[in-house]
Amino acid sequence: MSDFDIGKPVRKVDNDIKLSGQAKYIADFHIDGMLYARTVRADCPRGIIKRIDIPVLPEGYFSVTADDIPGKNIIKFLADDWPFLAKDRVNYFGEAILLIVGPDRAKLLELAGRVYIEYEMIPAILTIKDALSNNFTPIFGSDNKFASYNYEKGDVDRGFSAAFKVVREKYSTGYQKQAYLENQGMIAVPENDGKISVYGSMQCPYYVKNALVQALAVGEEKVRIVQAFTGGGFGGKEDYPSLLAGHAAFAALKTRRPVAVLYEREEDTAYTPRRHPAEVTLETALDREGRILGMKADIKLNGGAYAGISEVVLQRSIYNICGVYNIENLRVTGAAVATNTVPNGAFRGFGAPQVIFAIEMHMESLAKIFSYDVLDYKKRHMAKQGDRTATNGLFYDEIKLPEMIEKAQEVSFYTSKRAAYQADPELHKGIGISLFLHGCGFTGSGERDIIKAQLKLRRKKDSKRVEIFAANVDMGQGLQTTFRKIAASVLDISVADVIFAYPDTDRVPDSGPTVASRSIMIVGRLLQKAAERLKKRWQENNDIEIIQDYEAPERIKWKGGESSGDAYPAYSWGVNVVEVEIDPLTCETSVTGAWSVFDIGQPIDEMIVEGQIQGGMFQGLGYAAMEVMANDENGRSRQNNLTNYTIPTAMDFAPIENHLMKTYYEDGPFGAKGAGELTLLGAAPAYASAVAQAMNIHIAKLPVTPEYIMREASENE
Amino acid sequence: MSEIKFLLNGGNISVNIDPTMRLLDVLRDILGLTGPKEGCGEGECGACSVLVDHKLVNSCIMPAGNVAGHEVLTIEGFSGEMRYKKLADAFAGAGAVQCGFCTPGMILAAEALLNKVPHPDESQIRRAISGNLCRCTGYNMIVQAIRTAAREGAGLW
Repeated sequence: MSDFDIGKPVRKVDNDIKLSGQAKYIADFHIDGMLYARTVRADCPRGIIKRIDIPVLPEGYFSVTADDIPGKNIIKFLADDWPFLAKDRVNYFGEAILLIVGPDRAKLLELAGRVYIEYEMIPAILTIKDALSNNFTPIFGSDNKFASYNYEKGDVDRGFSAAFKVVREKYSTGYQKQAYLENQGMIAVPENDGKISVYGSMQCPYYVKNALVQALAVGEEKVRIVQAFTGGGFGGKEDYPSLLAGHAAFAALKTRRPVAVLYEREEDTAYTPRRHPAEVTLETALDREGRILGMKADIKLNGGAYAGISEVVLQRSIYNICGVYNIENLRVTGAAVATNTVPNGAFRGFGAPQVIFAIEMHMESLAKIFSYDVLDYKKRHMAKQGDRTATNGLFYDEIKLPEMIEKAQEVSFYTSKRAAYQADPELHKGIGISLFLHGCGFTGSGERDIIKAQLKLRRKKDSKRVEIFAANVDMGQGLQTTFRKIAASVLDISVADVIFAYPDTDRVPDSGPTVASRSIMIVGRLLQKAAERLKKRWQENNDIEIIQDYEAPERIKWKGGESSGDAYPAYSWGVNVVEVEIDPLTCETSVTGAWSVFDIGQPIDEMIVEGQIQGGMFQGLGYAAMEVMANDENGRSRQNNLTNYTIPTAMDFAPIENHLMKTYYEDGPFGAKGAGELTLLGAAPAYASAVAQAMNIHIAKLPVTPEYIMREASENE
Repeated sequence: MSEIKFLLNGGNISVNIDPTMRLLDVLRDILGLTGPKEGCGEGECGACSVLVDHKLVNSCIMPAGNVAGHEVLTIEGFSGEMRYKKLADAFAGAGAVQCGFCTPGMILAAEALLNKVPHPDESQIRRAISGNLCRCTGYNMIVQAIRTAAREGAGLW
């Protein structure tokens, strides 16, 4: 393998079917006799349902309510609180109450508009502050928190008692919508034997399957889930597809016809999960020279109306709060709180972008207080190999941040530009740098104790072709190609001789969800091991089937109850530089340059990784600069389409120049670590730092809109 | 209802429809062409792009009656052309395809541009695809692909 470089790009296997418009996304499916379902939603944020009047429906039209659900009316997540269809009460504006089902979509819209629902209103909790105020009846539990955590490392009180100075700051971040170009959609088809097949746009076929087994109260063999071409996910199709699949299945069972639930952009934008808004408080004890003696961090996430996966998002927030810095004395508290708003969920980064923004801006503040150069100050506190992580685990592997920073400085001219812009404030130019990491794979012992991934590899007798059986999906990130490359490289066969069909739960084992930057590092490693085993048996002349089960790397030690140990098996690293120029009159900001250096181990395909970086950083810049989403007085999103929720176009930001610092991770396939989420994390703090320099302001909030810049700048005058 | 006749992907077509029906629905639901996608339904995202008389149009906000007597080209028709082959190879070579949902629209936006401006500079390319949203790629690899197609496709446009 000495000269072999798996990173060398190949033509992606699905380019041609996508380019020519032949790829079938779920809305492109045509099934004879198919009906459509329209969701009737709550039009108040919190209340008891007193009455539901459904108009007399024409022949061929049906209504589906909570009473039509054969099994448990709860979507299977961590807590049993989120119903597929509200029955007695509603907890957010837009919550699904019933479905109107029939053949004509225009007619459905009209019929759904004539459903009348009467509520007894309950005062709604709309903000994190309300959620913790004790002035309202809790939505969840007795303290209105879906989860709360605290953990400690070192001796925080001693650190603070020795402090020369204590600095306390608050940071807040807003919603962000995944805004995949293809809206959510599912089609359920009733089969002859009481079985139901569901096709759709999704990241986690087995999450959907498990949700339906519970909701339909049937055996596992009665539910089949098949992924269709998926037009982007970014986390948004991790949790919520289970709800759509349930709706489609209930309607299909009731009508005995195939039923499609296809969201339009308005529904998808306004009523499906987004990134959690966060409030982060950082309090740091410093000695006379500005060295950090201790830090207290508090993180609050707005979870929305139901628990969903907020607890896991919160874990990533609290365990990543130190960013790349070695904080020896640390106390962290965190809570995900309940509000009467759309339940929030997964979005690329999963709780980390919020805290990486906060810690990076806080480090900048500390440097400024002591009149240090920001980058020098950050470098002095950076973790090194062998240092302890926030949760007292170990940074086992090499950390190449110093070389990565050097590279970023070299390609961006960060140092000279930073000095030049500082010297001449009239230029209104700024350049910022961010340092960050991302824990790859599931938090804690999730892979070992919960997911237990399994993958299958098969070669049939007299065939030179090999088939991969895995539940991980391609949603645009290139897994169809990278998985084939891994198998082909090990077996020394052509990529064209590897078969990897879109997952169908009747055919593939549960290799786990397509989330948490785990597909390559965890499942790709299973694939590599399976292929190595198959290679040893290659000369056998019969059907060969290899089953590969996940085994946790031995070095990983984690005590979940105490939040102590190795929260992640490995870390990927990043350095971003963003340069801006601001019109001082309108405070409109132009991104004039962006650079990155990433350590993701070994790229399985350099061009696919480049695509992840380009797209991830663009989403990060959108999060930083332009993607505004806010609720009205009913907790209803003010943004409900791509006109008022603006995502970046081809004209919004300068091209991004990227470099990889290649390392080798021994437990990843060919040395690969996670990549997908990392790429989003650094853009916002680098952008905010650049804007702060250009306008000589402090930035404590995302998104950094022109209005916000103007307000901060005028307060400075 | 009225009879609307137009040229679709090189062939004559006649449909009997309400002329205010969206062109996108006529293409997808009546004619079975699913290359044009619905991403937003209000002319913002460009996933439904088609060419009408070689001009880029959002078919989700165009009444089908408007194309009577005109020429409509969807990705299904364009994918038989040499110019498509050149663009497709350039997109593949630049890594410009991720989830693929915006891709047919992007290809048609590039075709519309190159038809008018065979050798565009970067800012012309960016403007030409600014009505086509992509959430996966950050656009830069798409811009590179269109530059490459323009350079290597000399004489095709």
